[in-house]
Amino acid sequence: MRKKALWVLGLIALAVLLSACSPNNQQDSLDPKGPYAQKIDTLFQPVFWIAVAVFVIVEGGILLLIVKYRRRRHQAASIPPQIHGNTRLEIGWTILPALILVVIAVPTVTTVFELASKPTGDNVINVDVYGHQWWWQFDYTDPEIAFSESVPLKTANELVIPVDTPVYVTLLTEGGLITGDNPDYKVIHSFWPPELAGKQDAIPGREGHMTLQADDPGVYKGSCGEFCGLSHANMRFQVVAKTQEEFDAWVQQQKADGVPPTAGSAEAQGREIFASEEEQCIGCHTIQGIDGPTEGLPPAASNVAPALTHFASRDCFAGCIFERTDDPEEYREALAAWLRDPAAVKPGSKMPDYDLTEDQIDSLVAYLLSLE
Amino acid sequence: MDTPIHTSIDTDYPEHDRTSTGLPNVKLAIWLFLASECLLFGALIATYVLYRGASIEGPFPGDVFDIPYTSVSAFVLLASSLTMVLALAAKQRQEENQMRMWLLATAMLGMVFVGGQIYEFTLFTREGLTLSTNLFGSSFFVLTGFHGVHVTVGILMLLTLVGFSLADNLPGERGEMSVEMIGLYWHFVDIVWIVIFTVVYLIPTGK
Amino acid sequence: MASVTVPARRGGLLRRPSATTGFWSWITTVDHKKIGILYGVTAFAFFLIGGVEALLIRVQLAQPDNTVLTSDQYSQVFTMHGVTMVFLVVMPLSAAFFNYLIPLMIGARDVAFPRLNAYSYWLFLFAGLFIYSSFALGGAPNGGWFGYPPNSVTDPSIGMTFYAVGLIMTGIASTAGAVNLAVTVINMRAPGMTLFKMPVFVWMGLVVQFLLAFSLPIITVALFQLLFDRRFGTIFYDPDAGGDPLLWQHLFWLFGHPEVYILVLPAFGIISEIIPVFARKPLFGYQFVVFSGIAIGFIGFGVWAHHMFATGMGPVANTAFGISTMIIAIPTGVKIFNWMGTLWKGDLRLDSPMLFALGTVTMFVIGGLSGVMHSVVPADYQQTDTYFIVAHFHYVLFGGAIFGLFAGLYYWWPKIFGRRLNERAGKVQFWVMLIGFNLAFGPMHVLGLQGMSRRIYTYAEALNLTAWNQVATVGSFIIAMAVAIFTVAAIASFRKPRQMVDDPWDGRTLEWTTTSPPPEYNFAEIPTVTHLDDFWHNKYAETDEGEVVPVPAGGAPEHDPGHGSAGHDGDGHDIHMPSPSYYPILSAFGLPILGYGITFESLVWLAPVGALVMLIPLFAWALEPSAEEH
Repeated sequence: MRKKALWVLGLIALAVLLSACSPNNQQDSLDPKGPYAQKIDTLFQPVFWIAVAVFVIVEGGILLLIVKYRRRRHQAASIPPQIHGNTRLEIGWTILPALILVVIAVPTVTTVFELASKPTGDNVINVDVYGHQWWWQFDYTDPEIAFSESVPLKTANELVIPVDTPVYVTLLTEGGLITGDNPDYKVIHSFWPPELAGKQDAIPGREGHMTLQADDPGVYKGSCGEFCGLSHANMRFQVVAKTQEEFDAWVQQQKADGVPPTAGSAEAQGREIFASEEEQCIGCHTIQGIDGPTEGLPPAASNVAPALTHFASRDCFAGCIFERTDDPEEYREALAAWLRDPAAVKPGSKMPDYDLTEDQIDSLVAYLLSLE
Repeated sequence: MDTPIHTSIDTDYPEHDRTSTGLPNVKLAIWLFLASECLLFGALIATYVLYRGASIEGPFPGDVFDIPYTSVSAFVLLASSLTMVLALAAKQRQEENQMRMWLLATAMLGMVFVGGQIYEFTLFTREGLTLSTNLFGSSFFVLTGFHGVHVTVGILMLLTLVGFSLADNLPGERGEMSVEMIGLYWHFVDIVWIVIFTVVYLIPTGK
Repeated sequence: MASVTVPARRGGLLRRPSATTGFWSWITTVDHKKIGILYGVTAFAFFLIGGVEALLIRVQLAQPDNTVLTSDQYSQVFTMHGVTMVFLVVMPLSAAFFNYLIPLMIGARDVAFPRLNAYSYWLFLFAGLFIYSSFALGGAPNGGWFGYPPNSVTDPSIGMTFYAVGLIMTGIASTAGAVNLAVTVINMRAPGMTLFKMPVFVWMGLVVQFLLAFSLPIITVALFQLLFDRRFGTIFYDPDAGGDPLLWQHLFWLFGHPEVYILVLPAFGIISEIIPVFARKPLFGYQFVVFSGIAIGFIGFGVWAHHMFATGMGPVANTAFGISTMIIAIPTGVKIFNWMGTLWKGDLRLDSPMLFALGTVTMFVIGGLSGVMHSVVPADYQQTDTYFIVAHFHYVLFGGAIFGLFAGLYYWWPKIFGRRLNERAGKVQFWVMLIGFNLAFGPMHVLGLQGMSRRIYTYAEALNLTAWNQVATVGSFIIAMAVAIFTVAAIASFRKPRQMVDDPWDGRTLEWTTTSPPPEYNFAEIPTVTHLDDFWHNKYAETDEGEVVPVPAGGAPEHDPGHGSAGHDGDGHDIHMPSPSYYPILSAFGLPILGYGITFESLVWLAPVGALVMLIPLFAWALEPSAEEH
């Protein structure tokens, strides 16, 4: 029995040890890639090891007591000394944990306040992040990046940031009636890019704030933390960190209008379907350069669905459940499947199924993938 | 077999007349229940206070409240506490008729209060304040409505007492205990109204 | 076993039921022991259902992009798993132990209000069936056991209406039960049993009843607000009208955190009884264990917002609740150290109750330590709403509560049924469960830290979360095996003749002084208590040198159950026990009818019908004497 106990304990220890191994999934809170996530990790690591120490002492103590004082086979029953307690010991094991907790509490408090302070400096980038059912909208509101004071630069599901720059995120929610009886409800979401920062909830009617920052260029993944309905699992996003120059170039590219495709091509046909009265893609998705929402559609339509002007510059879509791989055909197929029946790949999707023909789908896919 | 049937709002069984604290079980139970009720009304009042001034559209409290009117109905409810005390006193003197009269008076006053509340609700509804109009409507109606339901339950219990008394089912100490316990509930409901009246009606709000 | 004959008589609306055995005796019983068994059996049935839901969750997550369940089904299953395990398993299973044991442990013949006790049970049963009927009536609750609005309001299926109504119903049942048991403990103790001569289990019971009485009304209000938002057009949680979804979270967790202690303190009480018996030593630092329990109860009301660190309450609030959460670790630690102190120098018998008790302590330590990590607010920014949390609270609620409740089952089974559970089966079950439990929930710590959010019905293969998920799934099936072993052992125990040993473990508390199973009246003569662990002191005396010797007159372990015991020969015919009654179940039956009337707009006429069905038996109840005259 003792062996079994040790075996179980060993297993737990193994689990703990293996937890240190990174799964290389770009979404690992134990693998911080920026100063804010690092602050959390720096605090968590010693707390974790203190906990491990307490674990070993307490569990080891219990096992030791069991082994030492257990009644052995064939051993006669005896009545041990009747010890009712010991006040000094009681005081001791009240104060000792309290002291350990003080040791933990002090850095906890300072870190809480550090993380909560708004970053200062001229290079800080401000992004409004809106949680939708079920995708993320990123609005760059800084005058250097936005089109104007009232028209931010918009992107979806992929947050592009420059490295070594604090990004001050404001968490909001957005929703509205898209079509029929399947509105995008304003519900609680939680924005969580584990390698760059902790979580912050997006709560309807409130503003949440957090700061994230990446040390190196790369892709960092994240997901929604708070259950938000049918496709909570499909509400993913990625943060793409670029060098400052690449980032500036990206901003310029994003602000440019989409280049109209050559007449007669599949892309041009796709553009036509996109803007047609019947399919109404343009009713919800904006593409700069195509005339805005048609009459009769909700006024805030541009906030209703991901802006697609530079759709092909992004490496994922539909709440980042589809990611670009080495095989372009795979991405193309995923996009076609998505257009064929959105709710089939993303349950509850607010994008209606327009019963597009395969030809229409092909044209739309061609068009969308041309939107660099 | 023909012993009178005990009302057993006190379900204490006969063997166990001695209790550890000396208090009857039922009294302890009512106190605990009322303490629990405090948190129920506490949460409702907290909701109202939190949403005070948070309504986006009118009508706002200032637009619909008629303080003198509600003061009168609050006074009526307070007066019913007095009649309740008198009912218990009569019971303790074993004056069943007196007790029934005061119980009925208490119930009547309660009904006047509830009637007044229903009238107030219809008036507010006519002025455009419903459950769905704004946060004030939601939190006001749910808070005062919960209280109204408590008063109504109290009235039902008072009338039951009167009925039992008429059928000679409210004997001796147990009967006295029943009147006292329902009285405790009744006073509690009154006190809660004082708090609600103060917080909701008397403390002015911006909107 | 001595039976108490109760003459039937006319009175009220129905002839007074008189059966003391058979089906109707269970339907009409007001005996705390029968009610305790009813609670236990019902809760165990729900435990099996909730377990199946857990297995469904684990099967779905065994593979990335799995399609065993749709997203919608998955939401229903994880919501119902949580609702079931919290409200329909651990709470009623604890209620089962409290009901059965508190009167026996304090030397009373029944609870303070026997019929109200039956009423609580039937309300709970009907509430549970009401919630589960949602599967057949348009979809089960699907917004999580925490039911956060606005999602729980805007969701178009009927499920969350069932959730709101059903939980209000269980809340009414629990409140009635809480008042009843609290009064029982405060008022019905045997002569001489002062508060500090009460067994720790009774103390924990008292604390839990107060926690229930003071936390349930808070969630009741929140549930009414949710219900009114969904059914009657209020806008409490409509953000566009200014409503604040955070209000729900505050109300919910003001209930929800004390609820954690409601779930785990009963198990602490159970193992505080078991460890001393199996160490043959008094509980180390009895008063400290009691006071730490009370302290946990109090502080438990002051830590609720640690569930909300990521909502953006601001650094000051986050710090305050982080520190209050750290503080609650101190009394919890005190308990653990005292259990260790009890083991120290003991004569430890590692029988199944003791194994499960030790399992409770060791597994709870892990849950407690990960809990301290959450009080480190910034760490919680990473960990909240991930599988790390799932791991944490399963170590607390499964490792703490469920292991503890199983310890209690093995320990008191001989008392309740007069039969022992197979000792071998018990040991096997313990080891299987311990291994399965750690395999199922240990890896979830890792999964959470590696980026797995809670309540996701699927995950991408690229996230490399598959391996640990598969280990967890294997673990969950090993747990299922352990539960199956128990079920078989439980059934098998009834196939052997009763042993009827009064005191099989050399117990310390009053329930072991009476027969197994106890007679309806518990004790032929109400005992008079002079000591903490009174029964032990009747069996053993301590010399001035601290030597313990068996009392000659008593003689351990085959003592004569003379003092305060029922005796075996059917004395007690003149003991007047409360009579069974139809009215608790009849009145309780109205509640689900009322519930359906409120839930479905088209069935609104059912609401007044249900209210009348509840009310009319209550009048008959009030007219019915609690006990029939001879």
